[in-house]
Amino acid sequence: MTPGRRRFLRVTGAAAVAAAAGAALGCAAGRSRSRRLGFAIDAQRCASAKGCLDCIRACHRTHNVPDIPDAGHEVKWIWKEPFDRALAVDDPQILTPALRGLPVPVFCNHCDNPPCVRVCPTQATWPRDDGVVTIDAHRCIGCRYCVAACPYGSRSFNWVDPRPYVRAPPSDYPTRSRGVVEKCNLCEERLARGLRPACVEACAERAIIFGDLDDPASDLRRALANRYAVRRKPELGTRPQIYYLI
Amino acid sequence: MSGVNRWRAREVTVRDRGWILGTFALLVALALWPVWRAVASAPPRLPDLPRPAGATACVEPVDVMRASHMRVLETWRDRVVRDGVRTFMDRSGRVVTMSLTGTCITACHADKAAFCDRCHDYAGVTPTCWNCHVVPPPGSVAAGGRR
Amino acid sequence: MFEKALVGGRGYWAWMAALGAVVCAGAWNYGVQLQAGLGVTGLSRDITWGLYIAQFTFFVGVAASAVMVVLPYYLHDYKLFGRVTILGEFLAISAVVMCGLFIVIDMGQPSRLLNVLRYPTPWSMMFWDMLALGGYFVLNVVITRVTLEAERTGAAPPRWIRPVIVLSIPWAISIHTVTAFLYNGLPGRSFWLTAMLAPRFLVSAFAAGPALLILLCLGLRRWWPLRIPREAIASIAIIVTYATAVHVFFVLLEMFTAFYSQVPEHVSHLTYLYAGLDGHGALVPWMWTSAVLAVASLVLLLVPATRMRDGTLAAACAAIFVSLWIDKGLGLIVGGFVPSPLGAVADYVPTWREWSITAGVWAVGAAMVTGFFRITASIRAEDR
Repeated sequence: MTPGRRRFLRVTGAAAVAAAAGAALGCAAGRSRSRRLGFAIDAQRCASAKGCLDCIRACHRTHNVPDIPDAGHEVKWIWKEPFDRALAVDDPQILTPALRGLPVPVFCNHCDNPPCVRVCPTQATWPRDDGVVTIDAHRCIGCRYCVAACPYGSRSFNWVDPRPYVRAPPSDYPTRSRGVVEKCNLCEERLARGLRPACVEACAERAIIFGDLDDPASDLRRALANRYAVRRKPELGTRPQIYYLI
Repeated sequence: MSGVNRWRAREVTVRDRGWILGTFALLVALALWPVWRAVASAPPRLPDLPRPAGATACVEPVDVMRASHMRVLETWRDRVVRDGVRTFMDRSGRVVTMSLTGTCITACHADKAAFCDRCHDYAGVTPTCWNCHVVPPPGSVAAGGRR
Repeated sequence: MFEKALVGGRGYWAWMAALGAVVCAGAWNYGVQLQAGLGVTGLSRDITWGLYIAQFTFFVGVAASAVMVVLPYYLHDYKLFGRVTILGEFLAISAVVMCGLFIVIDMGQPSRLLNVLRYPTPWSMMFWDMLALGGYFVLNVVITRVTLEAERTGAAPPRWIRPVIVLSIPWAISIHTVTAFLYNGLPGRSFWLTAMLAPRFLVSAFAAGPALLILLCLGLRRWWPLRIPREAIASIAIIVTYATAVHVFFVLLEMFTAFYSQVPEHVSHLTYLYAGLDGHGALVPWMWTSAVLAVASLVLLLVPATRMRDGTLAAACAAIFVSLWIDKGLGLIVGGFVPSPLGAVADYVPTWREWSITAGVWAVGAAMVTGFFRITASIRAEDR
């Protein structure tokens, strides 16, 4: 090899390594944040044990979520799970008899480190700078990789055309088509109009507290300061943004 | 190995000319079927689109919309869904909410069948937008864009 | 050279016609699935991947297994495999096509398939899987074309093909590794979250793929142009033997980790598969069949007398192929989804439409293998 060629390869190789290192550092630095939206759910205030489904009805009505009778094909953005199933808590100090089995609302945690985003091959789901993990239904190819990746079972796939199962008249929010994935979108269309999420507003017991986790003055942070809170599967490193107040 | 090679190639000669040209001509004729059909039927009338009551101008000039309203909607889709930007200012300085249901349908073209479908049927296209985007029934239109 | 696949007797055309019928039935049912949605399958909210992805995972292994005959011949001049490598490569092409079909069939919006290329996403393993499989397909098409052409003319293949063939060796490893990465990077699926998944995939591929190759070679011995020397088949059988042994060992390793640590998340999936859980146990008979077949196959392969006899060798190869088809197919996929992240246990039973569509894809693969082998046999016959 001539000296010229050797030098060229050296420079190119060094440049490639530098670029890769820069890219890696850029990724590691994390994304820019405007807010960090999250929730606190007060299990003791939640009246679901008495049969209240207000948050679910409000969410599913607002977003035209279909009501499919076949349980295997159901689509749900928010639903109730027994406390000890939603949260892997078996400490008797925390899991009092009152809490055990108490149904609490569960929905997408809008994780700070979402595995569903990491796996999507088309960037049809991504985290916004305010923390909302959102889906572009136009781009989703329906591979269901994100459904496999979600450790919480928050995502639903449209196995059939949902339109016949959407309660008429539909709200203005677009329905989805068969063959795409959907989940709680943190009412981003309501947030854009300065409104609070539908579930938060619908809850008469004010059991769902919403706010900016990065704002120390928010109701959310004040609620978290006073009560012990747990999150779902924190050991997985997903950094979920829904806190369940004990 | 069993089987006779019926497909063994032989040289193509001038005697095959008839078959080749004839088959080619037949295929071309079949491929031009839409042309024969159009020639045979009466020329179709261009659809007469109703102007929406009350609205003065569209968000873009008519010729732009006629040629590329699909591109306009795709740009709106990407701006709203992927960039989180919901409004834009049109050429006359009016602030418009980028929403198919909330602006296009609800504010102006409330009767989708009379307006949108007429041209789509004429052009023979089936946009999949309506699979998801909700079209309120024409009688129930309320002003103001939402989604 | 494709015209050579159009020549054949009654038996050949009867076989192709039967395959064609299966393909048509599968295509028809796929049409129904396109119209109605994936709800026509037995999949559900908790078990979102099933038969189609199971087939994809298994046949990526079969595709990668060509490396087991290519590597000894091209890197170590193991002349015995001289007549076999092209058969392995043709099997790889057919398997990759089947994998691609299974992926498209499983998609909710297949018309948007190209979004994976329009919006490249290097942090998604599915993006790399598409590239790896596509590249492997192109590699093998080029390799088979060039080497078969060389066989036909009797001239030596061009020198540039050798680095291409050598490239296909690590590429084969990579396609199955990236397929394992699809599963073993998901924090919420503890059944798959093990570094062992990639080695398990590779080892089981090196057992199942060459086993299928042996079955094809034994079955086609009557067809003298494709007759592979006994010693070559015996060598491939040794590869299958050791791969099967390591596979059984790896399965036992998984059992130990789960049941000795007693961590519920590890124990629950294996319990569901091998004993049933909460009254659900649809896969239990399948998993035990897989286990028995694997052990039986291993015994037949380890004993030289049975390994060297055609009848028992064929039985052993069929046994390990079916065993791995179950273990790496439905066992792996459904086991990952049950219990669900919220502890729900359900069974997944594929619908008849799913089976028909799957059989249609198998038939496409079988037709491709048949056609390719026909072409190879035809060219080798002309040599004489």
